[in-house]
Amino acid sequence: MPLSLSDPNWYPIASSEDLPFRHVYQGQLLGRELAVWRADDGNVNVWENRCLHRGVRLSIGINEGQELKCQYHGWRYANRSAGCTYIPAHPADAPARRIENRKYPVREAYGLIWSAANDEKPFAPFPGAEGQSWFALRPMPVNAAPEDVVAGLARLAPDDQPADLLPGLTVRLGEIVYFVQPVDAGRAVIRGLLPETPADALAALRHHNEHLTHLRDRLERAAARKPAPEPLQPIYEKVSADLATMPDIAVPRGNTLNVVVSRKWQSADGVIGFELADRDGKHLPTFQPGAHIDVHLPNGLVRQYSITNGPGDLLSYVIGVKQENASKGGSKVLVETVREGDVLAISEPRNNFPLRRDATRTVLIAGGIGITPLLSMARFLDKSSLPYELHYFTRNGESVAFKSELDALHGAVHVHTGLARDAIRGTIDQVLGPHQFANHVYICGPGAMLEMVQETAARLGWPDEAVHFEYFQNDKTIDASSAFDIELARSAMTLHVPAGKTILEVMREAGLTVPSSCEQGACGTCLTTVMEGEVDHQDVYLNKSEKASNTCMMTCVSRAKSARLVLDI
Amino acid sequence: MPNAPDPITRNLWHVVAATDELPLGLVETTLLLDTRLALTRGNDGEPVVWLRRDEEQGDEIDAGTIHDRLPVRTAYGYTWTCLGTPADDLFPIPEFAEPDRVNMSCGSIGIHVSAPRAVENFLDMGHFPYVHTDILGSEPHTEVKEYDVEVSEERDEVLATKCRFMQPRAAKSATTAMEVEYVYRVPHPFCSVLYKSCPEDESRRDVIGIFLQPMTEERCRAHLLQSMIDSTSTITDLRRFQQTIFGQDKPILENQYPKKLPLDPRAETPIRADKSAIAYRRWLSQKGITYGVIPQAS
Repeated sequence: MPLSLSDPNWYPIASSEDLPFRHVYQGQLLGRELAVWRADDGNVNVWENRCLHRGVRLSIGINEGQELKCQYHGWRYANRSAGCTYIPAHPADAPARRIENRKYPVREAYGLIWSAANDEKPFAPFPGAEGQSWFALRPMPVNAAPEDVVAGLARLAPDDQPADLLPGLTVRLGEIVYFVQPVDAGRAVIRGLLPETPADALAALRHHNEHLTHLRDRLERAAARKPAPEPLQPIYEKVSADLATMPDIAVPRGNTLNVVVSRKWQSADGVIGFELADRDGKHLPTFQPGAHIDVHLPNGLVRQYSITNGPGDLLSYVIGVKQENASKGGSKVLVETVREGDVLAISEPRNNFPLRRDATRTVLIAGGIGITPLLSMARFLDKSSLPYELHYFTRNGESVAFKSELDALHGAVHVHTGLARDAIRGTIDQVLGPHQFANHVYICGPGAMLEMVQETAARLGWPDEAVHFEYFQNDKTIDASSAFDIELARSAMTLHVPAGKTILEVMREAGLTVPSSCEQGACGTCLTTVMEGEVDHQDVYLNKSEKASNTCMMTCVSRAKSARLVLDI
Repeated sequence: MPNAPDPITRNLWHVVAATDELPLGLVETTLLLDTRLALTRGNDGEPVVWLRRDEEQGDEIDAGTIHDRLPVRTAYGYTWTCLGTPADDLFPIPEFAEPDRVNMSCGSIGIHVSAPRAVENFLDMGHFPYVHTDILGSEPHTEVKEYDVEVSEERDEVLATKCRFMQPRAAKSATTAMEVEYVYRVPHPFCSVLYKSCPEDESRRDVIGIFLQPMTEERCRAHLLQSMIDSTSTITDLRRFQQTIFGQDKPILENQYPKKLPLDPRAETPIRADKSAIAYRRWLSQKGITYGVIPQAS
């Protein structure tokens, strides 16, 4: 039977030993090249050996532990999902589009790494696999057609004890099982397993290696006399149409997914930790440091929570929720009624708080529950050995959340407890110091604290683009007294926005589907490009320079100063 | 059998050798568009190029006995030829004629990749910190700032301007890190010229040209030209610098798949930093170039 690119069988593609710490192994299966690497959490990744950006082999990339970094432009891809988390050429942007490398199924078993060309067949142990502690022989590459290699192996059997041909190019000779890895139409690798580790392992490896070398020589001599089979021609799948263009400001709106609350615990006084996992144990979508998810609460509300995870940690998302006494029914529902085992709908991660990884100094300042996105950032910087300082302000020692996670970091982590307002200001002043080239500060915490850091930073000469923040909520009173017209350029529609109604409401009444989430100007979901007119910004999402640019707005709270606004909708 | 080159490619002037390095009276051999060529220089010093038959590299030959000559141009220190009907002129590099510049050919490097992939790499700034670490870029300064790209109808070339990048050691004469400004021209499907701020004289620009000789669809030779304002470095230093740079690019380019440049916008994932590459791919597509590329399926 000729080899096919869509052969659904599982084949061994490497020995477990081929994947030492932080290595990337170049594997091959059915004409395709594979980048095979083990992450620090033990997970083995089998990806198409090609960066989606410019086609450079990922097997020459750098295994950073939980992310693989391409050699050409430093793009980073996450363990498990193969999703791109960082594009160094645009350090201030979160890669808004979902860039994900092609990956193949993988299983590690019997000292071998197994993969298949597609997901059609679940992995099944070979007959007789269970109950032994298998020992992998040295692989033997052979330049001959895989089916000829199987036949050659079968001929090694003594007359009185014929070989046992198993499905999936497998031959059992006595107690030894040989798998033929189909590299290409004319190339194969013999991978053998002994049922247990021999007393003299080295001698056994040498003996079998010698034995297989003789077989290889015979098979290659025979193959040289035959016409060479046509190599398989793997197809590089096209990237999705939206990846082929270069959008300016994207308004990403992912689908929701259902997750199960796999753990709920008191992380600190006033902070409840929630661990959210896929119901079938699959990995969750790629996120970048600073990203948040929308959580759809049982009472119909939607709230945003930052992901605290480190790089490539996709088996669950961990969020921290503040226990508030007088909450407006958001966090309160989560804290009081959601239990372990409950199912929640969440959005795909979105990032309004991207972390630049091109700073010479990164200062992370957290107040209270604001630790959550900064913990994620610190973990990413930590794993890439980039310098950072994390300053975490809390009311008292009991309210320090995620303590063991913070203890596991290697960087400078400072916890400041019980400081009064003036003392906090003094500490921040000291921590920031005068601004220097490529210094960046990230703040997350209560509104008053954000303003304090912003003021201090401005006084010390930090430019806006070096001060990064994310508000939880918009505390400002919205002034909805103006009335104006909006012209929707792409929808070819002009609508009147009366006093007391938001742009978002007016658009929805006109039958348009427009994304929104918090509807208080804090989450960035309804970000819209402004083509003409002067915006009356009332949100806390855009920073000063973005507001001043007058090129974008949040339609849920912001309005017009001019009589007319032209929007790119 | 290799595919026949498209007529546009066939009628282009192509670089084949550094003129100074062609031996007088001896045969040099090379490959252009899957076609075997022989080259020599006559006693007048002028290069002669013809379709190679049974000549071998190093054979003695009298240029006067060669009759079926291919058209030849010498420009920018290099010998150019054409397998079809050539245009009158090669693209201009006016700076080459300025009297106080050091002009030099910096060697020819074989690369197992298509010529357009090599051009695209030359246009790319994002790889500086990763491939030319501590020379043309260094982490953490990885940002490619916004720049302008246009395709000049009048001159029929791709032009990228206001390209800026933070470089630790932009040129042989640079001693400290500086933000350099680049202008890139692609005046020929397989050639590009770069103008960069000169560490020695703020008002002028160093010029570096890369001329790709497409040997086959998946193999090329990169010929380098430097036209510098540099009063202190020796020619050996300057050549060594450029050879270091291209020596760093070569292994990356040879690990690029597919080796031909895909013109389908959905073959790879562009970002804003790739604006010049996108313009170059479109320009090749519009010209109808099919050699060394994977044309967009219509």
